[in-house]
Amino acid sequence: MTRLLAADAIIVALAVTLLGAILTPYAVRTGRRNWLTLSYAAVYTNFLLVTVATLALVFGLVTHDFSISYVAQVGSRATPTFYTIISLWGALEGSIVFWAWVLAMYGAAVVWFNRKRAGNLVPYAATTMLLVQTFFHILLIGPANPFQLVSPVPADGPGPNPLLQNHILMGVHPPLLYLGYVGFAVPFAFAIGAMLAGEVNDGDWIRLTRRWTLVAWGFLSAAIIAGMWWSYEVLGWGGYWAWDPVENASFIPWLTATAYLHSVMVQERRGMLKLWNLNLMVGTFVLTILGTFLTRSGIISSVHAFTQGTIGYYFLAFIAIVLVATVALVAGNSEKLGSTGQLDAPLSREVVFLLNNLFLTVFMFTVLIGTLFPLVAEAVRGVKVSVGEPFFNRMTLPMMVALLFLMGVGPALPWKRSAGPELKGKLTPGVIVGLLCGAFGIGAGARSPYAVLAFTFAGFAAAVNIGEFVSGSRARMKAHGESFVTALVRLVSGNRRRYGGYVAHLGIVLVAVGVAASSTFKTEREATLKPGETITLAGKTLRLKAAWGREEAQRSVIGATMELMDGQRVVGIIEPRMNYYPMSQQPVPTPQVRSSLTGDLYLNLMAFKQDGSNVTVKVIWEPLVPWIWVGGMVIVLGAIIGIWPTRQRTVRAATAPQGAAT
Amino acid sequence: MTNKKNRKWAALAAVAVLVVAFGYLIYGGLDSNVVYFLTPKELVAKGEKGIDVPVRLGGQVKPGSVKWNDATLDLRFAVTDGSGEIAVHSKGAPPQMFKDGMGVVVEGRYGRDGVFQSTSLMVKHSNEYKAPGKGEKPAEMYKSLIKGTGT
Repeated sequence: MTRLLAADAIIVALAVTLLGAILTPYAVRTGRRNWLTLSYAAVYTNFLLVTVATLALVFGLVTHDFSISYVAQVGSRATPTFYTIISLWGALEGSIVFWAWVLAMYGAAVVWFNRKRAGNLVPYAATTMLLVQTFFHILLIGPANPFQLVSPVPADGPGPNPLLQNHILMGVHPPLLYLGYVGFAVPFAFAIGAMLAGEVNDGDWIRLTRRWTLVAWGFLSAAIIAGMWWSYEVLGWGGYWAWDPVENASFIPWLTATAYLHSVMVQERRGMLKLWNLNLMVGTFVLTILGTFLTRSGIISSVHAFTQGTIGYYFLAFIAIVLVATVALVAGNSEKLGSTGQLDAPLSREVVFLLNNLFLTVFMFTVLIGTLFPLVAEAVRGVKVSVGEPFFNRMTLPMMVALLFLMGVGPALPWKRSAGPELKGKLTPGVIVGLLCGAFGIGAGARSPYAVLAFTFAGFAAAVNIGEFVSGSRARMKAHGESFVTALVRLVSGNRRRYGGYVAHLGIVLVAVGVAASSTFKTEREATLKPGETITLAGKTLRLKAAWGREEAQRSVIGATMELMDGQRVVGIIEPRMNYYPMSQQPVPTPQVRSSLTGDLYLNLMAFKQDGSNVTVKVIWEPLVPWIWVGGMVIVLGAIIGIWPTRQRTVRAATAPQGAAT
Repeated sequence: MTNKKNRKWAALAAVAVLVVAFGYLIYGGLDSNVVYFLTPKELVAKGEKGIDVPVRLGGQVKPGSVKWNDATLDLRFAVTDGSGEIAVHSKGAPPQMFKDGMGVVVEGRYGRDGVFQSTSLMVKHSNEYKAPGKGEKPAEMYKSLIKGTGT
């Protein structure tokens, strides 16, 4: 019953999106604009239908309806309800359902907020959204159908992958990632829509979508940080980033989206880079599809999974269609994509933006090539290779420090003209702070030039960006006689996008400092302890109290109770565990982290004697790692400030997607 | 007009130079940092070229070869692919379910002394997760501790 409802909803939705995608351009071409009501209704209906299918699948999971193939695949009666619900995105088919649902939601929101606009941009953008949606419906009916009938109905299922039901962040990271990934379909749809409508030169699509882009970017940033956090908390190796293909897949579109957020300002201010921005937005979307393909087709764990499953071909075909269509559209619009401005000064802000885009693009290609190389090598030369941290670190560290440096220079430079004598006043505090931070890093024992440069430029960028807030507020205090706080609030709310950007910069600085410090100063020790024995690392002493085991409803747990000592006094308890899920051959490491402002004490249980007489634990001291998570939150705060609608705009235009912030 | 044209060519030339430089760097980076995935037989066959370069060695843990010293944290075992065999040394506790005959991937360098020094040891498992086969009872391993010192 549930199964049929969901399956039928998707089939009807496919028909609706196809009809809508055909009807809309027809209505525009023939001038029957009142028909557009009908095609917009298709967008809303699609959202309704996909919502029904998604809820039905969740209902099936919660009620353990094992006649549904997806539930039989990931469900289990013993799994707690929370993890049962989030197993919606625990495997291929369910995650495609979720993709489709988020896309339908974005589509409905975009049309709703722009429904009263004249012109052909919105109808064509809606058409594009509907076509993308059609693709996902085809996946759901074809190679990723979660609603197949299982007969005979099994009494119970295996439950979700143990790694995915071991930590609460699994309920946070994937939705954020999808909201970010899928969100880039909106600016893509407007970019394509602008070209289809021939309205690419008035920059309307950019004004309409810049906030949507920021929404998607904010979600994706949060998702990447949450993914790092998950990996840190769950995988037990004490790291948060390994240049794993799955991580890279989320990071690659983030790089092009970040480039776009900067270069779009050059187009708005100076009328340059129109074609470039168009390409960045289409490229970001294609990279999200490529990322979904890489992580969902199974091509990454083994090239052979690719030839067995068919979903990979669907994705490749879709990417090919998007690329060909874009090239054709760009060719058709080439006269309108010329620059109306030009670079006037070598040391102006737009030049820094160009460099920023250059580095981010090169960064993107580096990560992309490193990620795809093993696939190409195996396909072409038949050798199995892996491209690991040494490659990525060597290639990307120079770009990271260069970007940190630019992040400090850019905000201090003026538009259009070369910086004058005021530059000295703006940069001097930054240079001093930067040099102090670099010296502090060396004093703390950093020897790698990149680490020292990272500390220096992080201090520099932080000081310059904070300086912008201070000097802006000061100017207001002088001009309007406001208090510092009032001046600061009015300064930020008067130009949210700019100051939101600076807040995001500060978040990036925190992340950079956390990453540089933890990779430079991380220390670890591993020891086998009997109860009562101690291990000391980074001035912290831990004593093993006992090893223990207990049964829980869906798993068995082995743990070690470690006491954090201050002299002879016990000041804290840390309990690293190992969780055994009945259907899995491997225990899931469950490290425990004790955070402080200066860093994390990270404990992982490595091994135990079966009689409990000793355990092997790994203790890692991770300096400043908590600041990476704080930095992530600051980045999101910056995005929220940039997205938040200003009051005047809310009143004036129905075109601004105010709801974007929610 | 010529000025504009010149600019265009200069920009194109700059892009070309950048692309070539980037390609060269990437090529160099890949060439020296790619880690080959080899079986013991393939690694032995490489001879001198396989010594002291980063390698991912994949195979099975040779039954009866595992020696784990929990005082010094030295783990020694042999990886085999049926026809070749390589002795491996690693530091640190083995994964909990580490046992004879299981698939492993060890990353490290093959030394001149014929011992593969491992920097990381992974038990082979795919991203897709698989339920245990018949006769496999992962639960048994830890049951004794639960009964023994359970709280």
